[in-house]
This record gives sequence, structure tokens and C-alpha cells, in this order.
Amino acid sequence: MQIQVMTNILDENDKIATQVHERLSAADIFIVNLMGSPGCGKTSLLENTIVALKNEISMAVIEGDLFTAKDAERIKQHGVPVVQINTGGGCHLDANMVNNVLDSLDLEALDLIVIENVGNLVCPAEFNIGEDVKVTLLSITEGEDKPLKYPLIFKQASVVILNKIDLLPYTNFDMQAAVADITSINPDAVLLQVSCQSGIGLPQWCGWLKEQIRMKQTRSME
Amino acid sequence: MHEMAIAQGILNIVLNTAIENQVGKVTNIKLLIGQMTQIEPESLKFGFAALSMGSIAEGASVEITIVPLVGQCNSCRQKFAVERYCFLCPNCNSANVTVLSGRELAVEYLEGE
Repeated sequence: MQIQVMTNILDENDKIATQVHERLSAADIFIVNLMGSPGCGKTSLLENTIVALKNEISMAVIEGDLFTAKDAERIKQHGVPVVQINTGGGCHLDANMVNNVLDSLDLEALDLIVIENVGNLVCPAEFNIGEDVKVTLLSITEGEDKPLKYPLIFKQASVVILNKIDLLPYTNFDMQAAVADITSINPDAVLLQVSCQSGIGLPQWCGWLKEQIRMKQTRSME
Repeated sequence: MHEMAIAQGILNIVLNTAIENQVGKVTNIKLLIGQMTQIEPESLKFGFAALSMGSIAEGASVEITIVPLVGQCNSCRQKFAVERYCFLCPNCNSANVTVLSGRELAVEYLEGE
């Protein structure tokens, strides 16, 4: 006996992701899923974002990590609410993990939640976690070949940030090739060049983020 | 290694479908996996075999069809196989391209008795 099924394997995850998105959107919160390799600068970007926007934007951070709370401790020092999810070895966050921690945040008080995914260029790209946008961070020390090696995470991103560009003179990173590959994988992506050390590109990133928050809140008032 | 999570999703779908259709033993499962998913078929089969032990899907064979990555240009309507993950239309170079297939991750059908 053959039974036609034709069901998306990620349906269950996507249903929960939709619930997360609806719940946070009802509270006018813009949600970012921040992805990239271990050590590419996700937490540094977050720290810089908090410092730049803390007085204008009420934000919270959900930190995904295999075992530790090291990143959450870094964020906490900046005085914003942070919730830790330990995946216990799991290589990505899924929607259920995010859903389970939402009650520990004061949603009515927030404009923005950034979810820092587990450091990994592969698995997080497959799982929606209720975000408005995915942001993929690539540090130039990882090499310009990574977009073609891990195309999905670059295809899914609304913004691709090339980080650590202050190190460009010390590497053989081919910026032209990187930009060409990212653009051909994802012609719609906003591409930013950033250094969390020198601060270059951070105003553009923060400006983009503020504009997205404003647009979401304006849409919900209409 | 997210194949385990995907395998668990497949097992849930298979068991629910089998129960709804009064299938006592699942013998074969057919999956559609898009070219632009990051699934290693052998890891997925291994994960499924491990997770399904002791269930009515234990020992079921898992067949995987890889669905090619195909785009269609919204400007000139050209359909094309996406090469090297370049999503620009090879005919007119437009960036306005819709992905027609290649992102599938689905259980197509199951067989049982």
C-alpha cells in the first residue's frame, strides 16, 4: 500500500516559528536572527550595536550557545536583558527553543530582539526561528571562498556583513570576488563592510536596523 | 550535523501518517531533497535508522530523490538550472529570479502493509 504524504519535513518547526513571529509582532518587536561562524564577531557586533542604540532602542538578546553562558555574560555587562539557550551540543537553534524562553522577557517593553544563533555556517540556515530577517556575518579572516561553500546561509540573509575589514591589509582576502559571489547568490541582500574594532560601517548597520524597526512599527499602526 | 533533527521530523510525519492510514508496518519511505539544502543523504539515513528503532518504521528503506535547483527569471521568463549558486538570469542578467525548485525537504510518500 502506498500513501501519498507530500509534507514538508520542517512544517512543525515552521508552525512554531510562525507563532513566535506573531507573538513578537503583536508586541511591535523587530526580530533578527544573527548567524555566522564561531569567532566571526557576532557577539562583538551585538555589543557595539547595544552601545550605539541603547538610548534610542529598547532591546533584548537571546543567546544560543552549545554549553556556555560566556556570550550572555558579555551582553549582560551592557545592561540589556539577555536570555541564554544552551543547545547541549545541538548545532543550531530551532523555533521551539526560542518559543520556550519568550516568557522570561518583558515583551511589552521591547522594540528589538536579536537572537544570536549557534556559531555555524551550515545548520542554522535551515531553521526559521520566528525572525523578521536573517543577518549573516562573515569575517574576512575566514576567506572569500565561504559564500560559495555555504551558499544557503548567504541566500537566506537580508543583510550580509563582512566583518573585521580593519584586517584587510594583513590578509589575502579578495574583496571583489567576495562581493561578486555574495551578489550572485543573493542579489537582494544588503551588503555592509564593518569593523567592530575601528567602528567603520557600524553607523550604516545601526541605521539600517533602526529603519527596519521604525518601518515595522509604522506598519503595525496602519 | 542537523540531519538528526531532520530525521526526527521525518519519523514524526511517517508515524502520524501510518497511524492515520492504519498501516501496521512501514516498509519504504520516499523523500524529496532539494539540491540547495544542506543534507548529507547517508547521515540522514543513518539518523533515521537509529531513531526509528523499536517503532513500526524500523527497518524501512529510505529512498531519496535530489531535486535540481531551478530558477525562473521574472524579466525574460527564462527557466534555467542554477549553476554555481548564481541567481542572476543567464539570459538577461536580471537579478529578479524566483527559485522554482531545489529547496524541497519533504516526505513524498510511504509504503507499508
